[in-house]
Amino acid sequence: MSTIDYSETIPNNVNLSEDKTLQRALEHWQPNYLNWWRDMGPDGSTSHDVYLRTAINVTPEGWASFGHVKMPDYRWGIFLAQAEEGRKVNFGENKGREAWQDVPGEHRANLRRMIVTQGDTEPASVEQQRHLGLTAPSQYDLRNLFQVNVEEGRHLWAMVYLLHKYFGRDGREEAEALLQRNSGDADNPRILEAFNEETPDWLAFYMFTYFTDRDGKFQLCALSESGFDPLSRTCRFMLTEEAHHMFVGESGISRVISRTCAVMKEFGIEDPAQVRAKGVIDLPTIQRYLNFHFSVTIDLFGADQSSNAATFYSAGLKGRYEETKRNDDHQLKDGRYLIQEVSNGKLVEREVPMLNSLNEVLRDDYIRDSVAGIGRWNRVIEKAGFGFRLAAPHKVFNRHIGSFADIRFTPDGQLISEAQWQANVANWLPSETDRAYVASLMGRVIEPGKFANWIAPPPVGINRQPIDFDYVRFN
Amino acid sequence: MNATEHIVLIRQHLIDPEVCIRCNTCEEICPVDAITHDGRNYVVDVDKCNSCNACISPCPTGSIDHWRTVPKDAAYTMAQQFGWDELPAQQEMPDDALVTSMPDPSADGEEPEAMQVNASIGSSSKSAPWSAAHPYVNLYTMKNPVTAVVAGNRRLTAPEVQSDIHHIVLDFGTGFFPVLEGQSIGIIPPGLDANGKPHHMRMYSVASPRGGEREGYNNLSLTVKRVLADHEGQAVCGVGSNYLCDLQKGARVQVTGPFGDHYLMPNHPGANLLMICTGTGSAPMRAMTEHRRRLANKGQTGNGKLMLFFGARKPEELPYFGPLLKLPPELIDMHLAFSRVDKQPRAYVQDKIREAGKAVTDLLKGDTYVFICGLKGMEEGVMDALREACAEAGMDWPSLHAGMVSEGRFQVETY
Repeated sequence: MSTIDYSETIPNNVNLSEDKTLQRALEHWQPNYLNWWRDMGPDGSTSHDVYLRTAINVTPEGWASFGHVKMPDYRWGIFLAQAEEGRKVNFGENKGREAWQDVPGEHRANLRRMIVTQGDTEPASVEQQRHLGLTAPSQYDLRNLFQVNVEEGRHLWAMVYLLHKYFGRDGREEAEALLQRNSGDADNPRILEAFNEETPDWLAFYMFTYFTDRDGKFQLCALSESGFDPLSRTCRFMLTEEAHHMFVGESGISRVISRTCAVMKEFGIEDPAQVRAKGVIDLPTIQRYLNFHFSVTIDLFGADQSSNAATFYSAGLKGRYEETKRNDDHQLKDGRYLIQEVSNGKLVEREVPMLNSLNEVLRDDYIRDSVAGIGRWNRVIEKAGFGFRLAAPHKVFNRHIGSFADIRFTPDGQLISEAQWQANVANWLPSETDRAYVASLMGRVIEPGKFANWIAPPPVGINRQPIDFDYVRFN
Repeated sequence: MNATEHIVLIRQHLIDPEVCIRCNTCEEICPVDAITHDGRNYVVDVDKCNSCNACISPCPTGSIDHWRTVPKDAAYTMAQQFGWDELPAQQEMPDDALVTSMPDPSADGEEPEAMQVNASIGSSSKSAPWSAAHPYVNLYTMKNPVTAVVAGNRRLTAPEVQSDIHHIVLDFGTGFFPVLEGQSIGIIPPGLDANGKPHHMRMYSVASPRGGEREGYNNLSLTVKRVLADHEGQAVCGVGSNYLCDLQKGARVQVTGPFGDHYLMPNHPGANLLMICTGTGSAPMRAMTEHRRRLANKGQTGNGKLMLFFGARKPEELPYFGPLLKLPPELIDMHLAFSRVDKQPRAYVQDKIREAGKAVTDLLKGDTYVFICGLKGMEEGVMDALREACAEAGMDWPSLHAGMVSEGRFQVETY
């Protein structure tokens, strides 16, 4: 592509058509992005017409424009949420100063690192999910997968915009590298470990969108508090899209549970083996998937004690979740926080400086938010009249980062030996057998309005369309 | 009318706690801070919500789009909403209630239970064109209706086709019943419903212009399709439409209204109308066209252009097909679409819009008012076609559309 009609091809509210430097950077980057989408994006999907939501401006009307489009033609735009007049740095040592409209020199390296780390997760998840389209349980779900994928793509654009616009040459190099690393690539992997795992089946996909995209939400919330205003505004707009991803996860799991309960009720069965014989996913397997995705995701918040987190906060670069809604001094110099650690073979609480614990603070906020949704899944089971309840595992369970890394705990937080772990791990985390069973259910269903046997239809369609709407037209 | 006896009903906006994922998008986006949450639910403050719908399309779940007709004095409080695990069912409302947040009118009103609401999925103007005449609304209610006499009732569709659409003329004698093109009226079918209660009113768009169906007479006309099946194709006998279609000349009918204060035509010179309709959705288009025709006959020129896209299954089922064909081309640019004509490809209004392409976009560039009316299924296709036509012409449809919506120039009513 030699010339780009900026307002049409790249919807934006960053005055792209008049910013020659940014244009040149994007003109170089965009073809590489499209190549990446073709090579690493959703498998075999380039000719489908997909009923997608496209953001064309940031007003309530404009950011949810629906229509059938081919994904390579999706209009990946660049949007910042509306500027907040007179916005200040709201926390840390620079609290009360004007928010930065340009990168403050002394924080340049840290900001770039934060943006690259966030940006790296966006294409990573597209890569992790690229084969799922071949086993979609319905057109509706296939469309939701693709919507998630194109929006992760747009989030990459959002981060690349920041790199191109504010970080000069090294920003452009980082933007290139975002397309060169690949999920699970032994030589050039994605930055965060959880984004190098494959998303092998749709139960894993729903769990990923519920738990791991929620990590994205919390990271974006923390970054949207940033004193670097362009980052804040970018992340605020991304959050409106992130909500759809969590919807796909929460409603997806809810529909799996609903279908399982309906079958259990119909045949009067509860035993997992009998439930599996009916071709639906038994509740204990759902619990094991939950344990896995929950524990892998809370690792993403980083070490429980982190001087980097303290630096980012004190500098005003990354706030807490809902920073500006909190009633404290927003400096936290004297703040204390209770963390857990293992001492003399027991799990104990210890008070530590809050500033060093900000990863843990964000992780705990995340856990509260996650648990609320699990409660809503339990209501589905309760309504169906069964006693089984899903639960989030203890935050020390199955950790690989932080002070609990590779110490063995039960899902309810009991310290155990390696031998006890090995004897029980198949009850707590998905086994090869579990994964093979779930994989065996994954057949493609593409007739409009039809759903795979293991999942219930959603209560409503997308954008008030009927459930049997042709969400994806296969050409 | 004794106002103190009325129960005033409102359409209360509510969020379905079973579908909501608590993502905070609605709370973030609400321009009047009407949405808030606790650890359990997201709720809407009925005293703050102004039904602006800014939260509807951003919601990723569809949970946001729920409405209950409730007595204003007994609207659900936030405390009640915080306690819900699921939405309450719609309560039965007394028939003499006066709906203040008026459900929008349409040409065909046969939802057996529900009050009629505008099913439009996209954004539509909430205010009238600036030069619209002042409408009278709610002059007559369930409690004090006005009586009209049937001055005529004839079938519009050919006898051999299934679709039975009637042209019904109601005369108000010396009764005060001023009505504008695009407004609707309520009809109260006599007798009791299955629950032994009086029938609630049915709403119909007026098909005649302000001067009367016959100019100088105090009458109006309706375009009514006899309903024999619901939207899903299940057999139902529409109470209101069968009552109206079977009326004999001279019969007396209880009428409420007029209703509707924004689906109104502009009156300033040079205002173009782009009208897009299907079936009985043609009623307001007929009214507006006829008003313009009469103005032209009186020698008033410079009234702006009329362009009509009108769809039906076949010519025999298209209401007013004959009279339409007699309209002079200098009055109206007419595009008829038929979806079930033997040996012809199916054509829908959106196909005709695409075909017309430049003529449509040229009109949209000017001082033009868009009116859409018909079954809700038409809306998406029409919106797509308009967007495509604009893209082809290098026009920025989203901003044009948004501008038209805010200026009272984009009126949609579907059902």
